[in-house]
Amino acid sequence: MNYRRCSSPLHASRAAAGMAYCGALALGSLVSDSPVVLVAILAGVVGAAVAAGVGREIRHAALLAVPLALLIAVINPLVAREGLTVIARFGEVGPLGQLDITLEAVVYGAILGLRALVVILACALYAAAVDPDEVLRLFRRLSLRSALTATLATRMVPVLSRDARRMADAQRCRPGAPPGRTAVVRAVATNALDRAVDVAATLELRGYGVARRPPRERRRWSRHDLAFTASAIGLVGLVAVSRIYALAEFGAYPQLRIALGVEELLLAAAIIAVCWLPFLDRRGVARSRS
Amino acid sequence: MESVSYSYASRSPSKPALDEVSLSVAAGELVVVAGLSGSGKSTLLRAASGLVPHFHGGEMAGRVVVGGMDTREHGPGDLAAVCGTLLQDPETQIVMATVASELAFGLENRGLGATAVAREVQEVALALGIAPLLERATHELSGGELQRVALGAALVGRPGLVVLDEPTSQLDPVAGDELIWLVRRLNEQWGTAVILAEQRIERCLAAADRVVVMDAGRIVCDATPAEFLVWAGRSCKALQTPAAELLGSAGIGPPPTGVKAARATLAAHGLLTPSASPEAQSELEVNGTPRRRPWRRSLKANPAIEFKHVWHEIRNGPTVIRDVCLSIAAGEMVALMGANGAGKSTLLRHAAGLMKPTRGSVNVDGRVALLLQNPGDYLVHECVGDELEIEALRGAGLDHLVDRHPRDLSGGERQRLALAIVTAEPATATAALGAICLDEPTRGMDHGHRAELVAQLRDFGDRGSAVLVATHDPELAAAFADRVILVGDGVVVADGSVAAILGSGWYFATETARVLGGAGDALLPADGASLLRSRLAKAPLELKVAP
Repeated sequence: MNYRRCSSPLHASRAAAGMAYCGALALGSLVSDSPVVLVAILAGVVGAAVAAGVGREIRHAALLAVPLALLIAVINPLVAREGLTVIARFGEVGPLGQLDITLEAVVYGAILGLRALVVILACALYAAAVDPDEVLRLFRRLSLRSALTATLATRMVPVLSRDARRMADAQRCRPGAPPGRTAVVRAVATNALDRAVDVAATLELRGYGVARRPPRERRRWSRHDLAFTASAIGLVGLVAVSRIYALAEFGAYPQLRIALGVEELLLAAAIIAVCWLPFLDRRGVARSRS
Repeated sequence: MESVSYSYASRSPSKPALDEVSLSVAAGELVVVAGLSGSGKSTLLRAASGLVPHFHGGEMAGRVVVGGMDTREHGPGDLAAVCGTLLQDPETQIVMATVASELAFGLENRGLGATAVAREVQEVALALGIAPLLERATHELSGGELQRVALGAALVGRPGLVVLDEPTSQLDPVAGDELIWLVRRLNEQWGTAVILAEQRIERCLAAADRVVVMDAGRIVCDATPAEFLVWAGRSCKALQTPAAELLGSAGIGPPPTGVKAARATLAAHGLLTPSASPEAQSELEVNGTPRRRPWRRSLKANPAIEFKHVWHEIRNGPTVIRDVCLSIAAGEMVALMGANGAGKSTLLRHAAGLMKPTRGSVNVDGRVALLLQNPGDYLVHECVGDELEIEALRGAGLDHLVDRHPRDLSGGERQRLALAIVTAEPATATAALGAICLDEPTRGMDHGHRAELVAQLRDFGDRGSAVLVATHDPELAAAFADRVILVGDGVVVADGSVAAILGSGWYFATETARVLGGAGDALLPADGASLLRSRLAKAPLELKVAP
């Protein structure tokens, strides 16, 4: 997953605002069980990605996230022993014991899968739209080494994946039986270590070893900084209100309880609006250089 | 450097990487470090930048002082303020996501404020012509752009010394020449001292103040470029430039430091014809010297590889290959040339079956072996003996290395092993070896290893395999090929004999052809020297001929 520079309000906002916005999307989906809230946040994430011009990156992330979500959805009914509405009986199934599939476990599995999907896509939006260099600057005052390690780990991913593709091609060129998997994995790991050593040498040469704490940087808050920060606060607020006032209440066990009325639909609409509103103002989003 | 000796921690102290090296580089000097692979060039440069011993460990004796800082007390981070360093691989020298952040990184590490950082970043970007790249993501840059950005990152604090360790070895010649040109400008206009290790020294010799030659960790020559060429002609022919070899073999002196100097020397001797006239081109035949091997077009009746209207179109991307029709005969030796991104590697991958055409077809007669750019990618076992049967290792002359780890082999040995792996005939093989394809086999390779490779390629050709080599190296193409195919933007733009393509080009031309203007189809120094000797024989006696 790579950061992609685009002319969008999210890209134009400071890293702290972008992080808060993406963090609120992920947090909202983590603290809420309600399918209404989760679907609304999913719509918010997808809409934000499209509006930020990183729809392709989110689609790639979804290609990984959707199978994972489906896996969670499938596994939950197999391992959950709760719920009253049995929809299939399989009797004694090996280590799983008595296997009864309940409607509640199926639905809750789907909710868990949906939550995983939303969290992954929110993280993908962060990776694609929030400048990692600015994040590094943000955290370097606190802990430069940890921040840089995290940034470098992200940067090494595409480099190592290119290396792995190259090695796979080379192995396809070998005549006869291919070498054992262990040998290839060992070679890939050694290669990754070599790469890491080279990068470490570069860091030494750039003075990373003697890094000094930089002076505090003062920057005025732009309209986009304010909009995304407000959106993050609004999103957390809406989810908090829904929890406090039991809006969009959901309970899976022992029997399904899904609140779906006007209030819930209004809540979903509000969440989507809060997610999308910062993207309406596109003044000053273009980069000064191209 | 005062009497510096150094041994890497992993190697025997009896074979030091640096052995009693003493060297002094003055402000504003441009010093080229030459030497064969493994001679100690990189270690010398790493000692200057402080990576030796602070990063690599090992045992060191003697003293290195850079910009007034003793490397025993100051590590690479401190030295970065006075010494910028650029290494070989651009991929691993970039640590940030955008160019602007990359340039700013070193200054931020020194605790400079945002205003000072922004100013320095702008200055270096403008000086190196990378200002348009400032907002670009680093993962989107080409190899040449990445290396220029890495150079910018090394220079951003305006160090008085910049150390470059074969910075062009991973670049195509255009990007490599651009980088060397930037370094020259840096040295000439801003007085930055430069220590540059380079395999293709003909690129930078004209700009150098001194050439330092390393051999087995020692400095064996420290002289001006002209004196170095005289020394190389006497003591190490593998380090000679093609132009110096050309004039030296013809007995003409002094050795030239570049094409311009070579042409001036020839003009002074009355040996330079204005252009490659038909008379000049037939001169070798007239004088009875055998011409280069003719292009064996007749062999095309029996194609080993045949591309029939091949297209390669990437989904949501560009068209890499457009309607290519080519036929390569069994035993034919072909060089595939063209700029980066022209489609050379894609054609090789199609030939080897790693890619399928989106339109058209590729027919091969027998198995096609493909050696990709990085031979290390083929080596996955713990010792050489596990990579290949002993008979095959013996055939490649590597049987004495069976117990060595593949990563401990030299670059040339590693390439020979990878070539032996892809060309091996396994017991389960269903087809004989019909063709061998190599992708940029001479990147970062010294002249000695290149000669070994040429001999290997000729051997394959003599055994009836078609040989197809994608290369940017005109000297390699001239040395092994019968035919050159020029590719540009996915189409074949020229296809002819090696003399026709490499004898008359500007960019795709050997140094000998550039000196002689393509006369007599002379592409390599030996051919050119024959031509010059024949001209000298006809020239008036009063012309000065070097002893």
